[in-house]
Amino acid sequence: MGKRIGLEVSLSAAEAVKMADVDCIAAYPITPQTHIVEHLSELVNDGQLDAEFIPVESEHSAMSVCAGVSAAGARVFTCTSSQGLALMNEIVHIVASMRLPIVTILANRSLSGPISIWNDHTDVMSIRDCGWIQVFVNNGQEVFDHVLFGFRVAESQNVMLPLMIHMDGFILTHVIEPVEMWEKEQVERYLPPFKPVHSLHPDKPVTMGGVGMPYIFSEAKVAQDEPLIQSKGEIISAWKELGDIVGRYYNPVETYKSDDAETLFITQGSYGETVSMVVDELRDDGKSVGLVMDRLWRPFPFDEFRDAVKNANNLIVIDRAISYGGQGGPLAIELRAVLYKTKNQPNITNFICGLAGRDVTVDDFKRMYERSMEKIKTNPLEEDYEYYGVRGK
Amino acid sequence: MESTNVYAYKLITRKEYFSPGHRACQGCAEALAVRLVAKAMGRDTIVASATGCMEIISSPMPFTNWRVPWIHVAFENAAAVASGVEAGIKVLMRKGRIPKKRINFLAMAGDGGTSDIGVQALSGALERGHDFTYICYDNEAYMNTGIQRSSSTPFGAATTTSPAGRVVPGQVTWKKNMPEIAAAHNIPYVATACPSYPIDLIEKVKKAARIKGPAYIHILSVCPTGWRLPPHQAIKAGRFAVETGIFPLYEVENGRYRFTVKIGNLRPVGDYLKMQGRFSHLDEKMIDTIQKRVDKEYGKLKKKIEQGD
Repeated sequence: MGKRIGLEVSLSAAEAVKMADVDCIAAYPITPQTHIVEHLSELVNDGQLDAEFIPVESEHSAMSVCAGVSAAGARVFTCTSSQGLALMNEIVHIVASMRLPIVTILANRSLSGPISIWNDHTDVMSIRDCGWIQVFVNNGQEVFDHVLFGFRVAESQNVMLPLMIHMDGFILTHVIEPVEMWEKEQVERYLPPFKPVHSLHPDKPVTMGGVGMPYIFSEAKVAQDEPLIQSKGEIISAWKELGDIVGRYYNPVETYKSDDAETLFITQGSYGETVSMVVDELRDDGKSVGLVMDRLWRPFPFDEFRDAVKNANNLIVIDRAISYGGQGGPLAIELRAVLYKTKNQPNITNFICGLAGRDVTVDDFKRMYERSMEKIKTNPLEEDYEYYGVRGK
Repeated sequence: MESTNVYAYKLITRKEYFSPGHRACQGCAEALAVRLVAKAMGRDTIVASATGCMEIISSPMPFTNWRVPWIHVAFENAAAVASGVEAGIKVLMRKGRIPKKRINFLAMAGDGGTSDIGVQALSGALERGHDFTYICYDNEAYMNTGIQRSSSTPFGAATTTSPAGRVVPGQVTWKKNMPEIAAAHNIPYVATACPSYPIDLIEKVKKAARIKGPAYIHILSVCPTGWRLPPHQAIKAGRFAVETGIFPLYEVENGRYRFTVKIGNLRPVGDYLKMQGRFSHLDEKMIDTIQKRVDKEYGKLKKKIEQGD
């Protein structure tokens, strides 16, 4: 068992990147991601990590450098937030189509405007359809584990897709938590060296990123979507093996006291931990409440999710992003669609809250529960959603 | 230089790394330049290409004209992608995961991909000092999208977004001096070239590849389609560009400027302008304005060369 130490979560993320023995890091600073790249530059400059640290002039170039490194057959890491992700958006989509197994941490932060450095999931949802594997993490330990998991899955020859780890800005990046490091031997057992299917080298010339004329474009896109869907198998087996090595088991959908619950909170990211306390307190008050946390966002775990909510009458979906003029929060929109054909469809109430780091406390979630119980009596429509805790609403 | 060009075909390797069968227009001097660059760089080269004419004409899946490893990601990031490839290969060699050997890294883009949308990524890569060669194939407009003006389009030229109108006579800004911008990064090597002078071009590319650190070569690439001139006059137009002094051939090695093709008496710039349809609307007054500008810019360059810095 590795050493358990108290460490800022950003630093533990950087330590995990070191343990993954990455070859290159492309880094451009943006709050709240900065501590990760700062620590990585320390590790490289102190000789603790033999890697090229490439301090690029923008996030667009960060992801472009990652594309070049990965195409050359080397392991590469970058991390960003919000506007940085928006700037690199173009390349985020392209590297997925090029099947380049880049691992990225997104320190989640709201998208401008108004400009804000604080945490929500509006940046996540801007690249929902980018073709990457995407996972949410709840705490520092999960961040550490998922960096190693990320490279393991992304670089699997059956997968060869980029992978993004969603980690709440400030709520996780800037707090100190106990994190259990892995032993070197455990990493070696879990994460084999990167063996690319194709790479750029004069001894075996390949052309990467050619033009997709109409006669081939659709085929190219199907050839991208299918491995993403199929990657779920590799994801689940990589989680199983991770559990067997370090004793922490992860699932596409995590549940807490959900089996017998009439009402389920549905969350993504670090709110899950707060809501688990809410569940305990509401249960003490005799309420039948549980929690379902979506960990795997893409490929979406349809079966696991339907199974997790099959006994519930009410779902309270917590969104931290807006689909302007649409059906509310992106998570709720998607879950309504996922459950469309199920028998005994649950009532779904959708709250958008915690935008740009506004605190959402245990009491707030309790009020959302009460509000939800009132709302379901009115049989709300699919497009119903509510901004929680907004002045004047 | 003039006389050696007669024997050029004997001096240049017969090996092709940019193969025949690509889809460029007739008389495309850019495709010719790419072919010469590929020959000069040789087998052990990895190319990162920007979006643009050369990318679409050479890589329609599942075909390719590239016999060396080649990657295209997007329009504005060839320099950043090349940075990544260079860094990746370097670290793999250092860690002993691939055998050590000299590999040339080449980033290539058009004038739009270099002096407009790609200038930031290029500046970043030059400043970071990656060991690579960046080549701008300058055909003086966004030819791939249909001849729209760029910051590299010369004063007076008619394009589809700087048309020769009744009030505004085509492009009203002066061509951005990209080689000088590259040189301002204090990189070891900067040069201009033109496929109308193939030996000069090849020598410069070989030197750029040999030199450690970033090198920048700006190649004037005559585009008969966009410049409105017959395909068979592309080479001649390139020669006139050099002979009039509107596009002098020089290099900057470790800060020292040098003409690589010396022109005795400069040809009047009108000779160059009048052979191209894009300048056909210019009156003598505008041609005179351009002549004065060329004289001034050429004089500035000459002074740097005479001063040796």
